[in-house]
Amino acid sequence: MAEVYRFIGKPTRRKDAVEVVTGTTQYLDDIRFPDLLHGKVLRSPHPHAIIKKIDKSRAEQLPGVKAILTWQDVPDWKGGTPRVVRILDRKVRYVGDAVALVAATSAQIAKEALGLIDVEYELLPAVFDVEEVMKPGAPQLYDELPGNIVTPGTPAFGHSCLTEVVMGDVEQGFREAEVISEGTFGYENIPNPIPPEPPGAVAIWEEPNRVTLWVSNQASYLDKILLFHVFGKKVEVRTHGAACGGSFGTKLMSWQVQTYATLLSRATGRPVKIIFSKEEHIAAFVLRPGSRMQARVGMKKDGTVTAVSGTWLVDTGYYSATTQAQVAVGCGEIQLMTRCANWDLKTAIICTNRNASGSVRGFGGQELKCSFIPVLCLAMEKLDIDPVDFIKKNYVKPGDGYFWRDGLWYTYRGIDYSDAMDQGAMRFGWREKWQGWLKPSSVDGSKRRGVGVGVHGNADIGEDSSEAWVRLNPDGSALLYSCITEHGTGQRSNYVKMVAEVLQLPMERVTVTPADSLINPFEYGPFGSRGTYAIGSAAIAAAEDARRQLLELVAPRLDAKPEELETVDGVVFVRDSPERKIKWGAIGYDRTVMGYGRFDPDFTLANCMITFVEVEVDTETGKVDLLQVVNTTDVGQIIDPPGLEGQLNGCLGSSGIDSALFEETILDHSSGHILNANMIDYKWRTFSELPPIDNIVLETPVASHRFKAIGVGEVATSPGPMAVLMAVSNALGVWLHEYPVTPERVLKALGKLPAMTRTGGAQ
Amino acid sequence: MATAIKKKKSLVKNLVRFSVNGTAVELEIGTLPHQVETAHTLAHTLRETLGLVGTKVTCDNGACGSCTVLMDGKAVLSCMTLTVECQGRSITTIEGLADPETGRLDPLQQSFIDHTAFQCGFCTPGMIMSAKALLADNPSPTEADVKEALSGNFCRCISHYQVLRAVMATAQGGE
Ligand code: FES
Ligand code: FES
Repeated sequence: MAEVYRFIGKPTRRKDAVEVVTGTTQYLDDIRFPDLLHGKVLRSPHPHAIIKKIDKSRAEQLPGVKAILTWQDVPDWKGGTPRVVRILDRKVRYVGDAVALVAATSAQIAKEALGLIDVEYELLPAVFDVEEVMKPGAPQLYDELPGNIVTPGTPAFGHSCLTEVVMGDVEQGFREAEVISEGTFGYENIPNPIPPEPPGAVAIWEEPNRVTLWVSNQASYLDKILLFHVFGKKVEVRTHGAACGGSFGTKLMSWQVQTYATLLSRATGRPVKIIFSKEEHIAAFVLRPGSRMQARVGMKKDGTVTAVSGTWLVDTGYYSATTQAQVAVGCGEIQLMTRCANWDLKTAIICTNRNASGSVRGFGGQELKCSFIPVLCLAMEKLDIDPVDFIKKNYVKPGDGYFWRDGLWYTYRGIDYSDAMDQGAMRFGWREKWQGWLKPSSVDGSKRRGVGVGVHGNADIGEDSSEAWVRLNPDGSALLYSCITEHGTGQRSNYVKMVAEVLQLPMERVTVTPADSLINPFEYGPFGSRGTYAIGSAAIAAAEDARRQLLELVAPRLDAKPEELETVDGVVFVRDSPERKIKWGAIGYDRTVMGYGRFDPDFTLANCMITFVEVEVDTETGKVDLLQVVNTTDVGQIIDPPGLEGQLNGCLGSSGIDSALFEETILDHSSGHILNANMIDYKWRTFSELPPIDNIVLETPVASHRFKAIGVGEVATSPGPMAVLMAVSNALGVWLHEYPVTPERVLKALGKLPAMTRTGGAQ
Repeated sequence: MATAIKKKKSLVKNLVRFSVNGTAVELEIGTLPHQVETAHTLAHTLRETLGLVGTKVTCDNGACGSCTVLMDGKAVLSCMTLTVECQGRSITTIEGLADPETGRLDPLQQSFIDHTAFQCGFCTPGMIMSAKALLADNPSPTEADVKEALSGNFCRCISHYQVLRAVMATAQGGE
């Protein structure tokens, strides 16, 4: 049972609520700058080509054009992991690659100028399939990446960064198995989270080597560090994090648009703003990684997994920035959901000539599991194992261990999620609806219903470092210094809430600094689900430190020891004789108290989300309707009920559950063009299609910070897609293994359209 | 030559007049920086010329509803409306909902706050304006009516469920 707090666990008003509903929240494009220039990007129409010639003379004549930059005009700054991606290069590697940057007095003139730049290309053969691209003789995207294989591992996670899961003796494991299943399955529809606000940046360059950027990002402090490295460690960077109009992981970094704005400001000496169009956003920003996995699984009748082997191929598009990190985290996550002693899972990240994949909610694990769970299902089918029983048995338990992203072994000290799973199953009515593998839960003429379940969890809740300060003012207010942008989770308000709880101050008296990297201490940013535990811990520790200092300061005035004191509503008093009290103002008008808090990574706790879905498939039309969703989790302690509900409801959009139903990015493999780079052709869920969602949230205290809470928001999207695939397969009585389950795929599976070519099966 | 000059003169004199949030607006039509071009959308004029940036542009293509404003009380997509089409119209934007005298929020805005009917908030002004138009037209909508009225409003965070509650609570006979 959770504790009762003054603010924690209660619905409280978001600090930015009035701004949001009155339209006064300042997103990047709402901030006004004097003397501003507008930037635009000329993009390649070819998926792979050498720029033979660029003639910008006609464009330069256009009144209002202030700068045009091509690969010949820019420093050799590079981004990506490894650092091989030039800001502008002589070679273009996907349809949409940047060819030239223009700054002009209006966006319209900049756009017009793009059409006046003459570019001559020498076309190169392009390749879009992960297996094709590894074949000898395939086109090479980068000299530095032979075979188009991206260097494994990321320096961010240290030299032993997890790149595979290898342990035990797989041969022995397969010998012990009662059933072995294998197959090659993928999650290759590269869905796009498409936050409403497009990526953008405003840069102001100051000679000789300083730039200030306004960014619309999830992690504005990290931008500063990342850009510093991209700029060859020669430029001082300051970032202002504006309110972020949705990210879902994608705006974890936007280094390209930020460098474009920087270069144009450097060239013109004026502030430059670049805001991507929606087409650029969809076709030239972040997609989910493509995932294809060949796997073999050994299983016993009781659901014990005896061995896992295979190869996970990850298509990162034309470059990688975070994909190695996603592979590392994915490799950790697969162990969290599969308690198995024998592993031989190899990975490879491959470049292809399409728009890049990057960070997206579910960060590697969703992609991996969407490809892996179908193999597990084949084994469960043979053994007639209920998937809920399987998940319960195989999700990490206290005392279990796993290799996490840094390649080190951690022992799990969190809770057993079986209780949450049981409660979810009960609410959903799983026991009544589950009829066995490939069996519908009901049939009514051409309408067949089926159920499925998926699981996901992540030990990222304690990843990376955070720092915070809390300043107590003599007027009985407090200021939290934390470099956090609000990107929709409400966490900026939740840290205020945590600080208010520690200090026992009304939330109105606690504020948080703007996300300015100049004034705030280090903050990795609200990645994954680290906000509640990692960032929260730093805020709490800073508040506790400030409180301690305050009590020490005023103790002599109350003739008491600091540990005998309490503070409520800006008044300090002696716990046992509350009439002996003094206001915070007693510290003097000329003093503030500054507390410091820091969080260091802890990979010994993990969250868990289980999603149950019921679908109805029309066998005449092939249409799949989502009838019901039940999400179930345990968060230790709810911080903000409506905020949490929002995060869990987020399971649908942003390339979550809907990536199994209808969301996909359609890449034309003959031209390299994305065919649905607009919001009419890229399908999204509307109000009229909302299924009922039940969110079951347990509160079993967990040994995190003083509020015993962990975050769970990020993973809401992840268990759903595999659950949908399972549910549709059960409804139809045949396996569907491709995402999304479009009417065409359904009808193919039913033999009403020519058959598909995917392979896979159980022995 | 003479006709050209004449033409230019008459263009300069060409004005578009409408009201925004109760304030009369008079803009010259032309191609100079301070003028409204015939190709300018209402969304552009509101944001760039009049500085009313509460209206958000997501797709700029009529697909997402985030730029919704009211024209004579009806919801329109300001990214698909030309400013020159607004002649004589009365436009209401998200900035115009609160009481200008007291600053008191519109009950719908208050309900969005009370129900935390937003996450990133980028779609929220459009949601509120669409809901406002619905309630003006139908003060006691059913949930199905609300869903129908908001079906053109994209929300990627999935605030829909909380929005639905917020709108129903404001509707007559609501919560
Ligand atoms: S911005 Fe107007 S409909 Fe999308
Ligand atoms: S609240 Fe983020 S898009 Fe609706």
